[in-house]
Amino acid sequence: MNPELANAAVQSSAHGATVDPFVFGFTVFVLAVFIGYQVVWNVTPALHTPLMSVTNAISGIIVVGAILAAAPAEMNLGSILGLVAVALVSVNIFGGFLVTQRMLAMFRKRK
Amino acid sequence: MSANMVAMAYLAAAVLFILALKGLSSPVSARRGNLFGMLGMALAVGVTLSLGGSHNYLWIFLAVLIGGGTGTLIARGIPMTHMPQLVAAMHSLVGLAAVMIAASALYNPQAYGIAAADGSLHMASRIELFLGTFIGAITFTASIVAFAKLQGLVSGRPLVFTGQHLVNLLLGIIMIGSGVVFCMTGEWTPFLIMTGIALVLGVLLIVPIGGADMPVVVSMLNSYSGWAAAGIGFTLSNNMLIVSGALVGSSGAILSYIMCRAMNRSLFNVLMGGFGAVAGSSSGEAREERPYHSGAAEDAAFMLQNAESVIIIPGYGLAVARAQHALKEVADVLTESGVKVRFAIHPVAGRMPGHMNVLLAEADVPYDAVQEMDEINPEFAETDVALVIGANDVTNPSAKTDPTSSIYGMPILDVDKAKHVIFIKRSMAAGYAGLDNDLFYMDKTMMLFSDAKKACEDMLHSLK
Repeated sequence: MNPELANAAVQSSAHGATVDPFVFGFTVFVLAVFIGYQVVWNVTPALHTPLMSVTNAISGIIVVGAILAAAPAEMNLGSILGLVAVALVSVNIFGGFLVTQRMLAMFRKRK
Repeated sequence: MSANMVAMAYLAAAVLFILALKGLSSPVSARRGNLFGMLGMALAVGVTLSLGGSHNYLWIFLAVLIGGGTGTLIARGIPMTHMPQLVAAMHSLVGLAAVMIAASALYNPQAYGIAAADGSLHMASRIELFLGTFIGAITFTASIVAFAKLQGLVSGRPLVFTGQHLVNLLLGIIMIGSGVVFCMTGEWTPFLIMTGIALVLGVLLIVPIGGADMPVVVSMLNSYSGWAAAGIGFTLSNNMLIVSGALVGSSGAILSYIMCRAMNRSLFNVLMGGFGAVAGSSSGEAREERPYHSGAAEDAAFMLQNAESVIIIPGYGLAVARAQHALKEVADVLTESGVKVRFAIHPVAGRMPGHMNVLLAEADVPYDAVQEMDEINPEFAETDVALVIGANDVTNPSAKTDPTSSIYGMPILDVDKAKHVIFIKRSMAAGYAGLDNDLFYMDKTMMLFSDAKKACEDMLHSLK
């Protein structure tokens, strides 16, 4: 666990107050941006196109939200929107990962 | 599955996504990285489906089948030259899906467990929905315009009209105003107004940006689709979504920055648009006819054959002419006869970051023969022949010597330092920036007027 989170947890329990979930989320968000910054600068420029297609596939992670939206038993506007979103994002996930794989398979070293 | 188990599984998925990006630091580890990414996605989806409370497995399965099938077909069939369009189109899907998920959350907050006691939404959730929706909506329509421009469905020319920025500003203010009203009331009307304006803004923001600047736009939309995903993550209080969104968002932002730096322009300058509509006016002085040398493909083949080292500078024109395979054969024949052949790639070669590398890899050029600008620039002085094919502005020495040039300050490939230059081009016409290139008129330069593919085939014929 990162120090800020641990620290916040300790303080909140010490004072008997709870930290808003948004603050937890925001802490994770800021730290993840830093990780992203470090990792992406290390990507070799030759692979910037696969980087874009794989991040495209990863942004398909919102399928998690779409599945929750599609879950309720009662079929209404909410669940139909969720189902359509699942289909749209599946295009991204499958298309993104597979086209990345296809591109990466082309990169070969000198024989 | 307990809530803690679910959280741990989501954490594992987030780590797998980080490893997927980390793998891209080298072509050797990249394939494994991509597998990590797929594994992370499968884990996240599997855990979400196992959460219980889902009653529509069949429908969800069908939706995945339809979408996944479409995605698979596209991924298999798409030509590599069309990658920028594909990426733009996929960004639009993420944007639209983000809007739909937000609308669904507003319609049925119980599904996400974010409803207040009276069944409405908390203020914090409304703010998160507002942010996620307008970023998603702008991403959706902006990506469609970018796609249409890249695909050639609409003209790549920037569309500018007076008061454009004022209109955008006013729409932006109304959009944020409706968003604030939505956050206060949680009503549908301001939500729909805000979404509608965001959709219109997405179009208006991209139409003034010229086709040549689309690489930056596509990178930026990549970034937006990540921020939209992070927004949904905040709504669901799901750290994995927040992490994934932040990774994608920062990746797109860095790529936009890299592209802008390679053109020596600020992101602001690119986004304000109009570039290409007025280009060339700075070189408005009467262009005098200057003498240049030209030769035939046989002459070029002769020069290449007698060189010790050759650097090939390919540009997007190479891919347009479908000449990369013929060029690769030329490079092979030269390598077999003992010539040291390398490829030099400018960061803005192609239509998206790293595009040229993929096009060369597709033609079986080994990646260790392909070098980036910073690596190869010191080598030009030691090189016998530089062969420019399908590129122009990225070799123009006036970027270093002429402060009045519109590309002054842009980093270029130091082709002018090579002992001899062969420049393959259809005619003496100017490049996309509308500039004349001093390289054409140097004593050491031989112009070869031909289509790129035909030139490569002719050179190959003479070499054999």
